[in-house]
Amino acid sequence: MLLDDKYTYLLRLGDNALVLSQRLSEWCGKGPAFEEDMALTNTALDLIGQARMWLSYAGEVEGRDRDEDQLAFRRDAHEFVNLLLVEQPNRDYATTIVRQFFFDVWHHLLLQALTRSADDRIADIAGKAIKEVGYHVRRSTDLVVRLGDGSDESRRRMQAAVDELWMYTGEMFAADETDELLAAQGLACDPSTLKEAWFAWVRDVFADATLTLPSAQWMQKGGKQGRHGEHLGFLLAELQFLQRAYPGAQW
Amino acid sequence: MNEWPLWEVFIRSQHGLAHKHVGSLHAPDAEMAINNARDVYTRRSEGLSIWVVRADGIVASSPGDKAPLFEPANSKVYRHPTFFPVPDEVKHM
Repeated sequence: MLLDDKYTYLLRLGDNALVLSQRLSEWCGKGPAFEEDMALTNTALDLIGQARMWLSYAGEVEGRDRDEDQLAFRRDAHEFVNLLLVEQPNRDYATTIVRQFFFDVWHHLLLQALTRSADDRIADIAGKAIKEVGYHVRRSTDLVVRLGDGSDESRRRMQAAVDELWMYTGEMFAADETDELLAAQGLACDPSTLKEAWFAWVRDVFADATLTLPSAQWMQKGGKQGRHGEHLGFLLAELQFLQRAYPGAQW
Repeated sequence: MNEWPLWEVFIRSQHGLAHKHVGSLHAPDAEMAINNARDVYTRRSEGLSIWVVRADGIVASSPGDKAPLFEPANSKVYRHPTFFPVPDEVKHM
């Protein structure tokens, strides 16, 4: 049972990175400025690298001879266990940046905790990833302040993005049995313990950015358990097209 | 984003070497210019240190001044340190 849960946990880490990376890649060649385009695709590349490490390990733990590619390209939407937040569409640049900011702050706190995992491999991957994610947080924090405390239009778009994405933030801190089991073994961290630090960071940044923290309490959930919105299917159709149309194709 | 000013980017690749011009980019201010320089020019761990400077802060010599500025040196070979053997151990000469 623990092995199943460990597999699910690793899959969640890998799917978050993979799905967000795919979303960011959609900006490639379409960024609002060349420099922003490069920065977003760099982040996408960092996340793809992390997804590979998590999914490879997940495949080994599963023990059914599935490698990272099979896990990425041969699973259907209901088998993906990423957070709902990361599958939300890019919409405008404000939405992309707010989604990134919410995720980056959480991701950084999570990886910090995972560097202390009793599982050496988890600690090792977290140690590699946190160097990249430290930069992601710095960049998205900077942009939230600039765009929030920017022009009337940028502020309006940022606040709209915050209000729209807010209901997807609760899932990041909702522990289920898998989280609790792994946390009890010292392999992972209980995500509810990250909530306070996440809120403190977001509140401070929003104060600088002149953005308002939404008061809405109701939160979406289900992504971690494989229940997704309509958007993930379309994302996977694009991500998986080649391996679905030409199984095993290599180049 | 035409309103963003142009910045020139200099990167030092190793300790002991000087910063070297690697290219330019647009950014609204110095902090973002540093971040952008990191993303555009240091993806393959090229650098230890980044300088950015507003391009309009650089004063350049005019191409028309080429003769008075550089010609006189060409006829004076003794100004070039080519008559000294350089030991192999001396790097970055």
